[in-house]
Amino acid sequence: MSSAVDFADVQGLVRFGHGSMTMARYDLLEIKDPDAARSWLRMAIPDVVTAAKVSPRPTTALHLAFTAPGLQALGLADSVIADFSHEFRTGMAAEARSRLIGDVGNNSPEHWQWGGPGHEPHVLAMFFGEEADFEAFVGRLRGELFERAFEAHPLEMAHLDVTEPFGFADGISQPEIDWKQRRRTPTDQREYTNVVALGEFLLGYENEYGKLTDRPLLDADATAAGLLDAPEAPDKKDLARNGTYLVMRQLEQDVRGFWKFVHEQSEGPEEAEQLAAAMVGRTRAGAPLVGGAGASDSIDGAGPPENQFTFDDDPTGSECPFGAHIRRANPRNTDEPERGGLLKRLRIATGFGSKEFRYDLMSSVRFHRILRRGRAYGATIDPTQPTDELDAPTGLHFICINANISRQFEFVQGAWLASSKFSGMTGEADPLLGTREPLLSGDSTNSFKLPKDGDLRRRVSDLPQFVTLRGGAYFFLPSLRALSYLAQPRTD
Amino acid sequence: MTPQSTFTVLAPIDPAREGELRGLLDAMNDAPGRVDPNNQIVPFEQFDTLHFARLLILDDQTVGDVEIHGLARRTYPLYLAFLGDIDGGERAFLKELARRAGPGLRAVFSCCEGFRPDTDLVAWMKQHRSAPIANFVNTRGRTVTQIREEAALWDALQRRVDAGVPGDTALARYETLRDFATGEIDAGRLRFTAPGRTPLLWSIRKFVHMVGMPMLALAFLPVLIATLPFYVVALRRLERSDPELIPTVDQEYSDALAATEDHDVTNQFSALGSRKPGSVRLITTLGVLMTIEYAARHLTWPGRLGRIRTIHFARWVFVGGRDRVVFCSNYDGGVDTYMDDFINKAGFGLNASFSNCIGYPTTNWLIRDGCKDERKYKEFLRRHTIPTQVWYKAYPGLTAIDLDRNSRLRQGLLAEEMTERDAADWLALL
Repeated sequence: MSSAVDFADVQGLVRFGHGSMTMARYDLLEIKDPDAARSWLRMAIPDVVTAAKVSPRPTTALHLAFTAPGLQALGLADSVIADFSHEFRTGMAAEARSRLIGDVGNNSPEHWQWGGPGHEPHVLAMFFGEEADFEAFVGRLRGELFERAFEAHPLEMAHLDVTEPFGFADGISQPEIDWKQRRRTPTDQREYTNVVALGEFLLGYENEYGKLTDRPLLDADATAAGLLDAPEAPDKKDLARNGTYLVMRQLEQDVRGFWKFVHEQSEGPEEAEQLAAAMVGRTRAGAPLVGGAGASDSIDGAGPPENQFTFDDDPTGSECPFGAHIRRANPRNTDEPERGGLLKRLRIATGFGSKEFRYDLMSSVRFHRILRRGRAYGATIDPTQPTDELDAPTGLHFICINANISRQFEFVQGAWLASSKFSGMTGEADPLLGTREPLLSGDSTNSFKLPKDGDLRRRVSDLPQFVTLRGGAYFFLPSLRALSYLAQPRTD
Repeated sequence: MTPQSTFTVLAPIDPAREGELRGLLDAMNDAPGRVDPNNQIVPFEQFDTLHFARLLILDDQTVGDVEIHGLARRTYPLYLAFLGDIDGGERAFLKELARRAGPGLRAVFSCCEGFRPDTDLVAWMKQHRSAPIANFVNTRGRTVTQIREEAALWDALQRRVDAGVPGDTALARYETLRDFATGEIDAGRLRFTAPGRTPLLWSIRKFVHMVGMPMLALAFLPVLIATLPFYVVALRRLERSDPELIPTVDQEYSDALAATEDHDVTNQFSALGSRKPGSVRLITTLGVLMTIEYAARHLTWPGRLGRIRTIHFARWVFVGGRDRVVFCSNYDGGVDTYMDDFINKAGFGLNASFSNCIGYPTTNWLIRDGCKDERKYKEFLRRHTIPTQVWYKAYPGLTAIDLDRNSRLRQGLLAEEMTERDAADWLALL
């Protein structure tokens, strides 16, 4: 399965963060008139930036993604939609999914501002542009045809900044996608690597298990002529090839609340900074709390020095707490709990590796990576400037890309971030994102522990909720060919 | 120490009363997936030796699968299963069940065939007993009482540590906390019930099994070696020809299962499947399950089934003959986490045991491939998962690793000698 990727068929968001396009706007659309919507799509497709590198670089970009109800509204047959993944079809707002990924209490879908049960959007239209060209670009696309086709719910203008709203450098840890498909996914990954199989982020290619992810395969008929053949079934057309799934969540951040709490728990501003960094796992400048940047062994594909580390040298969590945000989101581990020769590995495989308590607690992260493409929104809040006025909402439009929502995004969110039993701990969920909702048993989840070498841990209790989920949805980000297919005029 | 046992009652349901039975089972829950621990039918909470229990109707979705092997579809009666994991012996527990849940159980079992108003409850349950062919206990000897006492210890220590523990060395801090715990015990706020005396009969049985099985294998070794090449050839031929059957699971069916999942930190899992026909597959099934039973009973380290640390109890039970097996487990975390862990950490074990089920993803040499086709494996497992109508856990909010940690804390307090290193390790648990 080594056919080269046709970059011109992939939406550019999978390859680029569009860093030069500092202006952005996300519109959640409901399809009012399917014919007009398809017409608009046909008109708009040339503005969709692809993953092909072009010179000069585009100054504007459009990206389009669709929910399952959106695909249905667009006229895609139910039998085809049925072959997309379970979780995509059920949607993020379904009760069982919410329980699984920890969207409970204030974060549960009934409180959302958009996307709640019965209010799922159909289309996500993302407009990006350099400052000079942005207004005209948006105006051109959001014309009369657009108004006829869609009911639009625009999400606050997102601006690109150096830090996210709490004040921390963000976006440092990103997987390196194996575009050239050189990675022979091993049965045993023994060294941490930042390079991940292409099929983890693009449908129609081999994933970390060396297999193709399930997706709809269409009969080859006149309408599907523009689509590529499926690699595993050449008589079928691959609707989802070069496409992927996109997860979006609007995370509103209580910046003042966060810093107020951190200062209350500390004696002085320096301690407050340290506590905040311990909760994130990095300093505000982005330096990881473990090891030194520029360690002697460099990690495959890890990019900047701030990303060149694992937690191997911090087994007690005294440098970076086990429950810190970045340690939860990416434990930087491998398939086996420790290295060893054949005999040792045999012992490990049969369950006789070690009797230590903290041994072999986690799944291997290479199966659970996500590619983040989100942007912040709202005005920058300087918590040192007190104000009596109510702050305008500020936060992150979290967006991530993955080929398998359940094994990638939902796994990280549910089993690692939201879980109060992550990594052999108890009583605490992610310090930034946790909802602080007690378990059904009544056990609390609002602590945060900072282990100390040779001493007892420090426990910070009664953390308030810092991040509230305001809306979310699972989208399909189609390839360019699939967009053309979806935009075809229909007679039904 | 008090060993754990199981009880398993399997009984065909009277078709005319299936609706009534489902109503009774529903009535035991507050909401889907959330049992009322003190419900009127079986007040689980009142049994202080009961770890887990479940009642389910073995609604076989895959009974027609055997047709892909060219055999006629069989009909089986619809079974009710009532199983549980307990401290101490089965016989004593059944009597206690009859005493505390007599009327409720009578109402439930009267929906089954052959249960009359004058039937003796305990005798009937014994008659419909179906011992598991393989059974796994996370930590042998850990009782419900012990779990609760150790959880209370954890809470007390957390509060004490929050208040600050002076001391220059780890040993000094450990001793402060040990004195604190002793004080709490003296004041009656904490308890460490002494472990019960190990029943002699149990010890004898265990010894006989532990020594007997390998001796049996040794005695049959010449035969085993002689037939091995034939077995391998036959198995390989079957592996190449056995068809897979993994249709996409119905969305509604999967959603109905999901409605009962992820309420507590632990989940239940019940899966039912038919064995591939033929003696080679029968021998393989028996061999693999007996090996798992032997390992789980004598070899595995406390808290681990191979590399998996998240299973509390699990068992394999034949259902009415040797053609079908039901697998029931209690594990921590979501179902996808569970499956991922198994694929990556214990794939060989999964393949060895489940590849004998009709339609399983193709394996090679019994342990290779199979579940490594992640998508196929997950779809296969979901299809074979059946709803568990009633599920009870005696210690909500606690995972197997929580129990492990709390036990280590207690053991540390009772230790005769602690080095500075030991003390530091013990403190790190907090």
